Amino acid sequence: MKLEFVLDGKLVQLDLEPQETLAEVLRNRCHRTGLKVSCEVQVCGACTALVDDLPVSACTYLAYEARGRRVTTIEGIGDGERLHPIQKAFLDEFAFQCGFCTPGMILAAKALLHENDAPTDAEVVNYMDGNLCRCTGYLPILRAIRRAAALMRDRERERP
Amino acid sequence: MNGEMSGANASPIGRSDQKMTRKKPGEFHVVNHSVPRQDGVAKVTGRAVFTSDIHLEGMAHAKLLRSPFAHAHILSIDTLKALRQPGVIAVLSGNDLQGIDPYYGHAVKDHPLLAIGKVRFLGEPVAAVVAEDERSAYEALESVHVEYEELPVVLDADSALADGAPLVHETAYRGGGFRGFDDPSSPKPSNICQGIHLEWGDTGAAFPQAAHTIEGEFFFPMAYAYAMEAYVSIADYNDSGLTVYSSAQHPFIVRNDLCKVFGLALNRVRLIVPFIGGGYGSKSYTKIEPLTAACSWKARRPVKLQLSIEEAMLTTRNDDARVRIRTGVDREGRLLALEATIHLNTGAYAENSPLVAKRAANRIIGPYRIPNVKVDCYAVYTNTVPASSFRGFGATQVTFPRESQIDELAERLGCNPVELRQKNLALRGESIHPGLRPLDADVPGDLSMVVEALMDRPLPKDHGRGVGCSASDAGSDPVSSAVVQVYGDGSVSVLTGSTEIGQGSHTVMQQIAAEEMGVAIEKVRVVGSDTAISPFDRSTGASRTTTLMGRAVLEACQEAIAQLRNMAGEVLKTKPENLIIERGGVRFQDQHVRWQDVLRDFFGLSDCSIIGRAYLRKTGDLDLLPVFWEIGCTGVEVAVDTETGRLRLDRLVAVGDVGLAINPAMAEGQDLGAATMGLGVGLSEELVYEGQQLVNGNLLDYRVPRFSDLAPKIDLLLVQNQDGTGPYGAKGGGEGSLNPTPACLANALCSATGARVRRLPLTPERVWQALKERTHKEKNIGR
Repeated sequence: MKLEFVLDGKLVQLDLEPQETLAEVLRNRCHRTGLKVSCEVQVCGACTALVDDLPVSACTYLAYEARGRRVTTIEGIGDGERLHPIQKAFLDEFAFQCGFCTPGMILAAKALLHENDAPTDAEVVNYMDGNLCRCTGYLPILRAIRRAAALMRDRERERP
Repeated sequence: MNGEMSGANASPIGRSDQKMTRKKPGEFHVVNHSVPRQDGVAKVTGRAVFTSDIHLEGMAHAKLLRSPFAHAHILSIDTLKALRQPGVIAVLSGNDLQGIDPYYGHAVKDHPLLAIGKVRFLGEPVAAVVAEDERSAYEALESVHVEYEELPVVLDADSALADGAPLVHETAYRGGGFRGFDDPSSPKPSNICQGIHLEWGDTGAAFPQAAHTIEGEFFFPMAYAYAMEAYVSIADYNDSGLTVYSSAQHPFIVRNDLCKVFGLALNRVRLIVPFIGGGYGSKSYTKIEPLTAACSWKARRPVKLQLSIEEAMLTTRNDDARVRIRTGVDREGRLLALEATIHLNTGAYAENSPLVAKRAANRIIGPYRIPNVKVDCYAVYTNTVPASSFRGFGATQVTFPRESQIDELAERLGCNPVELRQKNLALRGESIHPGLRPLDADVPGDLSMVVEALMDRPLPKDHGRGVGCSASDAGSDPVSSAVVQVYGDGSVSVLTGSTEIGQGSHTVMQQIAAEEMGVAIEKVRVVGSDTAISPFDRSTGASRTTTLMGRAVLEACQEAIAQLRNMAGEVLKTKPENLIIERGGVRFQDQHVRWQDVLRDFFGLSDCSIIGRAYLRKTGDLDLLPVFWEIGCTGVEVAVDTETGRLRLDRLVAVGDVGLAINPAMAEGQDLGAATMGLGVGLSEELVYEGQQLVNGNLLDYRVPRFSDLAPKIDLLLVQNQDGTGPYGAKGGGEGSLNPTPACLANALCSATGARVRRLPLTPERVWQALKERTHKEKNIGR
């Protein structure tokens, strides 16, 4: 079947099998290997992608559901060489070790900050509870999201 | 930081075996600073390449058929129908392995890469289908027909050790050539995979002298490391040899196992390890690589074998343990004696459990002086998923019982559990285990720091505090080597066999090389983990990398500098002795000559390079094992919901006694990560068998710590006494803070409620039950 959607700002048209998941399509057909697959049961959040700015678990989301929508992956944030403020904050706060959960974490954080530009710690914890990290113990990620929120608010204020 | 400090000015720290001046915190340029991770940009942009992201030209995919029985003879396997399915290239079973040695295992060669003759656990791979794509391989699995004859099973250590128990393995196997386990086979077949006996003093004479003796039975759960990247490898077997990409912690040990399976020379097997998506011990030693390689060998194509998380849960777990332990103190609270019998449920194959058994016996002592000790530890085969390494192995299983019992003794003595520990903790330089390195840490100091940070407020109602300590013989076998290339343009490469598993080893090596060669950190590139390029390294585990590989990199830099000084002598037409080595070059007659200028003038070219190298082995100050003692010292405050039995972590304090933190932020990150895993097995993580079947073998039912488990207050404290054998006195970290954390939780629960729970994890159900029993007891006493 045919599928058309906007991937990281560009229109994509491709042929696929009806049973293909968004994770399979992005990884195998669209070279978006930054998206990682882990639990395959919507528990870990490693495969998080944004569909119309909302996080979905691409491991169990049929690619066909994305027809006509905007899909954002880790490869699509930041502008070329410059890191997105959330990426920068993750780097500065050592908010990852092995890095396997990181793309999903960053995308979930992006969705959170899109909805709420000044979340409390409790709001961050609540929103991010669907993203697992086995390395860090979460505190550095919480700090990174706090820092990213501040960076993004500053940037917003500086806009002409 | 003192920007002008140089090695020549730093105060010397006396070490008997080698003369060296050693910088102290505040005197380093790059080391001891929280520089950003060298893999950071790749990891936050999604550009970091993991094994699952690699695609080779002509690559086929394998899927596995797994046994539905825990113990059964395989009467027949029919693969012909599967072979005729669309897209299928090859089908392998245990009958198709003629021409190779299908058994592997570094400690005991007992593990067939596919079941041969019988299956020994539910989920064991029985056949592999190789096809053009994953779906075709998966769909063809149902066309493989296997006839089984079920056998009686043994599912726990007790039934495996009972008289007349069915044998998991009928024959004795050859050892895997692993140092320390040269002759693992027992004289008569039994389910004992490895027995370890440890004894000093005379416990028989000591216990009658004890004022108080406590005896108890403790259970440590079967747990799953959950590396978020499941096992994956790609093998390409062709005329020039075997190339394997794998998410393997120990590429050189995997290479050795593959050489033996396929009868290939060491230089014909190449292991390439991309970024690893977590391991925590579960990716140490050989896993699916021999099977993937056999698929490629049969299909004559590159083959990828990607397991799911549910399959990973059927591949490796920790050794669950039952520990019977008895400790005695005198009237003054001095520990007199410790006796323990440890039964490890090792599962169907030995994997690393013989070493787990040895470590468990050593690590039950803890950082204490105990004059009389008797420990028996058995790794026992059962028809369950094979057990192997899991972060802190051996120590996790035994620290919970010992640290629980120290609190029980304190209660019996009517003293504070911290005081009782302080009275018995060994001091630096004291022996805690005859024949092993004396303690190289200030554990009483560590404990004082934990207590000070923990006791920062009056304890609220239904809250309790607990502390715990541990000491692990860490570092494994001290064989590591490193190569440093110094280039004519001022850049430097480090070739290391250490794998970047998230712990930050590549950043640490980068920092050490930048510090030693006197170049900016951006000038150093770390090239990792390709056995065709990287010099030998025993393994990436046992917290050994900073200490051993870090030291190898430092020594390789020093060796390069010695060469460069001689070259400078020739270039500057003077004796090398007249040249003073300073940061990034030499001083000659008030002139600083950079290493890159020396190289350019020496060779007459600017793009040439020289090689510095270092080999570490068990000699000199590394002759005495362990390489270092890894200390765990943590404290917690928990809130207990007495109605539901739910524990909530309110405070966590962890000390990382790391000698010197090469990168303090990463060292703290290791401690918090380790303590969080302790929280997992302490509160929720347990693999549950019902009969032959693992019933919670997925992430829906197996609960690991989540964001919402984050403690509201966390203190991560680093102790930097420069008392290790590693570079600048560094020691490893990353396991310590896991080991005592479950005991801290149990001790805190007891201090809050009086309920002593001897079985982990402390699930709400288990705690609620214990609280109910406590109430019954109180009522009975009241009558």
